[in-house]
Order: sequence, then structure tokens, then C-alpha cells
Amino acid sequence: MSLSVHFHGTLGRFDLDVTFEAPGRGITALFGPSGCGKTSVLRCAAGLQRLNGRFALDGDVWQEGRTFRPTHKRPIGYVFQEASLFPHLSVRTNLLFGHRRTVGRGVPEHIRLGDVVDLLGLGHLLDRSPEHLSGGERQRVGVGRALLSQPRLLLMDEPLAALDRFSKEEILPYLERLHGVLSVPVLYVSHDIAEVERLADHLVLLRQGRVVAAGPMQELQADPTLPIARMPEAGVTLPAVVAGREDAYGLTLLRLDGGNLLVPGDLGPQGTARRARIAASDVSLARNPPEGSTILNALPARIVAAERHDDVQMMAVVALGEEGRGARLLARVTRKSWDALGLSPGQPVYAQVKGVALVQETM
Amino acid sequence: MSWQPIILTLELAALTTVILLIVGTPLAWWLARSGAWWKEAVATVVALPLVLPPTVLGFYLLMLLGPNGPGGWLASLWGARSMAFTFEGLVIGSVLYSMPFVVQPIRNAFEAFGDRPLEAAATLRASPLDTFFTVAVPLARRGFLTGAVLGFAHTMGEFGVVLMIGGNIPGQTKVLSVAIYDYVETLQWDEAHLLAGGMLVFSFTVILTMMMLEKRIGRGGQ
Repeated sequence: MSLSVHFHGTLGRFDLDVTFEAPGRGITALFGPSGCGKTSVLRCAAGLQRLNGRFALDGDVWQEGRTFRPTHKRPIGYVFQEASLFPHLSVRTNLLFGHRRTVGRGVPEHIRLGDVVDLLGLGHLLDRSPEHLSGGERQRVGVGRALLSQPRLLLMDEPLAALDRFSKEEILPYLERLHGVLSVPVLYVSHDIAEVERLADHLVLLRQGRVVAAGPMQELQADPTLPIARMPEAGVTLPAVVAGREDAYGLTLLRLDGGNLLVPGDLGPQGTARRARIAASDVSLARNPPEGSTILNALPARIVAAERHDDVQMMAVVALGEEGRGARLLARVTRKSWDALGLSPGQPVYAQVKGVALVQETM
Repeated sequence: MSWQPIILTLELAALTTVILLIVGTPLAWWLARSGAWWKEAVATVVALPLVLPPTVLGFYLLMLLGPNGPGGWLASLWGARSMAFTFEGLVIGSVLYSMPFVVQPIRNAFEAFGDRPLEAAATLRASPLDTFFTVAVPLARRGFLTGAVLGFAHTMGEFGVVLMIGGNIPGQTKVLSVAIYDYVETLQWDEAHLLAGGMLVFSFTVILTMMMLEKRIGRGGQ
């Protein structure tokens, strides 16, 4: 854990009191409903806003007691919701604004203009004025500008929230690629769970200025007591590796921790890493190996926990493998079936997976 | 007709505008960004010349700059008796009188772009001073243009304040507007016509040029 965050104070109508740690690599999502204080936490981390508390990156303390390092002395990159490019500068000079003030003053250059231009597809935009860019292009420049300031911590405040669906889909693959190559930690604020599942490795759940839970993404997703498991689109995202193919049927075999899945399509050569998302509503449970079913995937598993979801449904957590030691899935089943089959935690079951979405290439 | 009043007026207007840009810019910045509760009181003082009759302002300046005021004391340092009825006194008066015309547009321009560009610059390692010169000033350039032109033009046309504290000393304080008044008083209609007509054309040109420039700058940014 190399990012240590603690802030407390009054924010408008409620008190914020947030403490969490985050790893020094990968994307940590601050997730919660609008107005839960997640943007304030990010602004405090940047020094744009000041609440009491402590903030340290790799043991380097930026705020503690009376110590408060001003924003322009923090090695951060900040991506705002609206790209906030400088309208009086070209795309190129926007990109180099922070670069000139870091690399130009002797900070070692880890991220070069050429790399950023390639990674974010900015080559044809360099000499344009920001006002002649689309929303998605502007945001890509905003990300590039932040990266080129050679940050040791990247802070992203709902970078996709102001974009329409089309621009969002256009920019997400760039962020996913970024995730693969970037070695600095990222704090990513979002209220969109789909976005968080595509990008984040680590999750901090916020509500009303408090941390509800914090931990690795998969762990929190598979906790039936947390609010994310209560959302209609609840599910888990799991690392998977291409393990083989059934060319005659156009299927690919994906290996998960504790079981294999057959999914449609060609997902690349053996050994390719993918991220598979399995929605709770796509998993049903059976006591015996299903016979005479069209469902391809029925994986042996064990029930780990269960929680009443509402009057009709149960939310069950199953761990793959006969011993129940593998990856965890969420399964949303009716209470009627749950009772009819006499299911309870500890029991061996078969998890029938009706659908898998592949969200990301390499990690 | 003598060219002296015209040259003197241009000198006065240019010097006043330069001083106002130097003094007015930090003042406008402070008025735009400060959270101090009394800043609107300061803004009101700056705006007073908009409402006060110029003779009232001129009267108080005469008290201030005259031999018995602080201006007189200041003038005594270099052996003069008073700062009233001097070019220096005229400059001080003009600066105060034209200040709202320079400060207000610059303040508005500083307020128009909000906090965001400044925050973005800070996250990109620009110090506050760096941000001021590389982000705030370029973004507010329309306000600077408007302020400078209005300040210059307004100083050229002032009469009441000048008459009160400057008097009518050729080559020192006899500016255009006073010269026109003089010509009329002494029934030199041709000369009055020439100067008045010149001012009319000048004012028209200034305002037209400013509007065209603003449009062009507006298209180039913001």
C-alpha cells in the first residue's frame, strides 16, 4: 500500500470523514452516488481544496497537521470532468504545458510527447486549437497533458461523465490501453459502475462522506452485503486466459481461477489475457450437473454466502471449483427456487453461466 | 492654432493609461479573486468617478494636491510649492478619474473564466505568478484591450477635473478640452470647430476600432 489517504471536515450539508489506502500501481476507483464527496477527496489529494487530514504517497507526506504542499508543488496529473484545456494555446502547447515545467526544469522524463501522441491517437490534432476538437478528443488531450507533466499520481475526476455515449465508447479503449502501460497509481472518481468495472483494480466505495468498503475490485464485487451487489447490473469481473478453441463451433475456451468457460468468438491466441464480466443475473444454480440443457457452461462450485436481495430474489456468492477455492461469482436466483432446492452456504452446486462479457484486453 | 494642447493631451492619456494598466491590473485581479468581505467597498471607491460630478472629484484633488495638502508636502520635497496646476497633478487626477474604465473591464475578464483554468495550471506545476502571466492575462486579453482603449479615450476627453486641478497653463496643463473651451470663450470659432471636429472623428475611430478588434480577438480564443 503506498497511497495513504485521510481527510475529514465539513462539506456543505454533511461531514466528510474518509480514510483508505490504495496500492502504488493500477487504478483505484472512488465510487459512489453523486454528492457523496468523492470529488472532494480527489480535490483534497490535489491540494485544490483543503480539509484536515493526512495525505502521503510512498511515504512522501503532502499534507499532515500544518504541512500543506500547494498544488503546483505536487507531482500529480489531474484530469477534470470537462477537459479544461487552455483555449489560447494549441493542442501541442497544451500538451507540453506541464512538460515544460517539469522536464524543462530537470525532472526525469518518463513519459514522452511521442508516446502520449501514439497512445492517445493525437497525431492529427497537434496544431489545432482546442475549440475545434470534439468532446472525446478534448478529453484525450486533457489526459495526455496530465501524463506529460510526469506525474507520480494520476487523479481523474469523472473524465467520461461529460461525454455522450458515443464519445465515451471512443475514449474508453484509450484509457484501457493506458491502464496496461502506466506505472503510476491512478485515483479514478466515477459514479458509473460499468466504467469502474472496465477500468479499476481496486475499489473504494463511498456514501455520504464515509468509506463503506475498500479493497480489491473482485473481493468487493462478490460481497453480497455491499450496495454494489444490490444494483440491477451487479456482477463480477474476473481475470481470464485463453486456454484453447473449438473452431468447429466458433468457441473459445477461457480459463478462470477454478473453472473453464466456453465463450463465442475468437479471443486471440492461447495465453491471451482477458477480463471477463459475469453478471449476477446471468448465473443460475443447480444441485446436479444439468442434463439436457442448452447452457454450455455449468461449473462446479460451492455456495459461500447468501443474502436476501428483495422479496423475490436471493443474492448468492459461489466460489468456483469443487472445493470452492476459486474465483467468486454472484448469482441472483429466486427465493422460491432457493427454498425448493434447499440451498444454503457450504453446499456444492453447479453454477450455470448464461453469458459472459469481455471487458478488457491485457492487464 | 497651436498643436501644443493636442500633444499634451496625447502625452497625458498615454501616461495615464500605462499607469492604470500597471496599477489597475493587480487591483482588478484582487477584486476578481479575493474573498475579503470589504472588497466591494474598495470596488465602490474605484467606481465613484462614474457617478461623481468631475468638479467634486477635482475639488477634493485640489485640497489633496494643493500647498496645504499631502500633495503640497510631497511637492516640497523637490522644492515645488504644490502639485496642483502641474502636469504631475493632472496625471494623478486622470488616473483616479479614469480608473473605473480600466479596472472594471479587466476585473470582468478575470471573473469570466472562473477558477478552472487556474486550477488546471496549478496541477501542471505552474506557480501562481506563472499562472497569472501565462494563463490569466492571455485569457483576459479582451478586457485589457477594452480597458486600455476606454482609459485612453476617457482621459482625452476629461474636462471638469482638469479645469479644477490643472487650470489652463499652456504646455503644462492646457489640454484639448480646455483649449476648446478657451477658443469658444474668446469667440475663435474656426479653431474650436477644428479641435471639436477632430475629437469627434477620433472618438468615432477609437470605438469602431475597438469593436472590430474585440471581435477578432473573440474569434481567436475564449
